[in-house]
Amino acid sequence: MTLQFAISPDFPPEHIPGWYIFNTWLQRELDCAIHLQLYDNFGDLREAIHADRLDLVYANPFDASLLVREKHFMPLARADNLQDEAVVLTADHHRARHIEDLRPGTVIAATDVPDIEMMGMIMIEPADLNRNNTQRITCDNYVMVAKQLLNDEADIGFFLAEAFDNLSDLVKNQLRPLVRSQIQVIHHSLMAGPALQERHATLQQLLTTMDTSEKGQGVLDALKIHRWSPLAQEDSEFMIDLMDTLMIS
Amino acid sequence: MQDMCPGDIAGNYTEHRLRYFDGSQRTVLVSETETPYPEGRLIVSRTDLEGVLTHVNQSFVDMAGYTEQELIGAPHSILRHPDMPKAAFADLWQTVTAGKPWQGYVKNLRKDGGYYWVLATVIPNVREGRVVSYTSVRRKPSRGKVEEHAALYRKLRREES
Repeated sequence: MTLQFAISPDFPPEHIPGWYIFNTWLQRELDCAIHLQLYDNFGDLREAIHADRLDLVYANPFDASLLVREKHFMPLARADNLQDEAVVLTADHHRARHIEDLRPGTVIAATDVPDIEMMGMIMIEPADLNRNNTQRITCDNYVMVAKQLLNDEADIGFFLAEAFDNLSDLVKNQLRPLVRSQIQVIHHSLMAGPALQERHATLQQLLTTMDTSEKGQGVLDALKIHRWSPLAQEDSEFMIDLMDTLMIS
Repeated sequence: MQDMCPGDIAGNYTEHRLRYFDGSQRTVLVSETETPYPEGRLIVSRTDLEGVLTHVNQSFVDMAGYTEQELIGAPHSILRHPDMPKAAFADLWQTVTAGKPWQGYVKNLRKDGGYYWVLATVIPNVREGRVVSYTSVRRKPSRGKVEEHAALYRKLRREES
C-alpha cells in the first residue's frame, strides 16, 4: 500500500525540493512507498482530508482540529524553530501609525492562509474592525500582498512574520509593521492518520532523532528545520482549544 | 484567598471587601492605574472545573503582576476587580458549565492594585466526551468597547447593590 503524504499549501515555495528529499528519506527509513501530494489551495487539501485520502499531513494549525478531533490523526512532531506568527503591515507612506488609526472601510490584502487571516483579524479588533466593515483583496502570495500596499490598492496587509522577515530590504523598507503577534504556541504539525497508528511510535522516534545523523541533518537543512520536536496528543489538544477560542468573535 | 497587601500597591488606593460565589471573602486594594494591553499578545490560562488556575502563559503573568508560582493553584477570581458586576461572572459560569463558549469584556485587577481590560473568551475543554477543564484567552479590546462596558458595568453594579 502506498501511503499518501500532503503538505499544507502555505509552505514556502523554495522548500518544495526539501519536502521531496524528506519524502525520499522517509520512504527509505520506513521501507514503504509514500506519495507526496502538494495542494494548490486549502480547499483541495480539506477535500482530501474529508475523503480520508491522506495518511500523513504537515498541517496548518487551522486544519489540526479537523485532523485530530474528526479524523483521528495523531500528532507526531513540530519544527522547533518555526512558529506561526502574523504581522499587520501598511505602506510606509500610509497615514496609519497605529492599529487604532484604522477606520471602517479599511481595505485588507491577504493570502488565503487561514491562521494568518485569523491572527490578522484579531489584531485589528482594537480598531473595531471586523469582516463586516472591511474590504478584502485576496492575493496568491505575500509578494502580491506587498504590491497591493505599495500601489495603495490596500490599506493593510496580513503577512506570516517569517515571510515578511524574508522580504528584500528594498521592499521591507517601504513597509511599516503596525503590530506583530507574539502568541508562541501556534505552529504547523506533522500528523499521522489511523493507517499509521501502529507505526506512530517508530515514526516519532525516527523524526525526533533525525538531527543526530549526518544524513538526517542534511534533510532537515533542505527544509530549513533545525529539528523535529515530539508532540504529545495533549500538546495538540491545547493548541486546538486555543484556536477554538480565537475563532469566536 | 489572602487579602491584598498594602505593601504591593503602587500609589493611592481604595479598599473593598469582595464576596465570592462560594461564600468566601477577600479585601482587595484598588488604584486607578491602568496597564495597557500588550500589543500582539494573547493572555492564556487554563483552569480546572472549579476555576483553579492550572496553566498561565508569560503574558498572563506579566499582566497579573503575580509570579507563576503564586498563580498556579489559585482561583481565577484572584484577578476579580470590584468594578465587575456579579452578573457577568454568573453568566460566564452558567454558559461554560452548560458546555458553551463565553465571550465578554472584563476589567481585571492586578497584584499592584491597578487594572487592565481584556476581551475574554472561555471555552470548555472536552476530552472523550467530558468537559475536563476550561481554556481562557484574552485579547486587546477596542477603547470604544471598554468605555461602553465600563458604563454598563457601573449600571449593573448600582442595580446589584
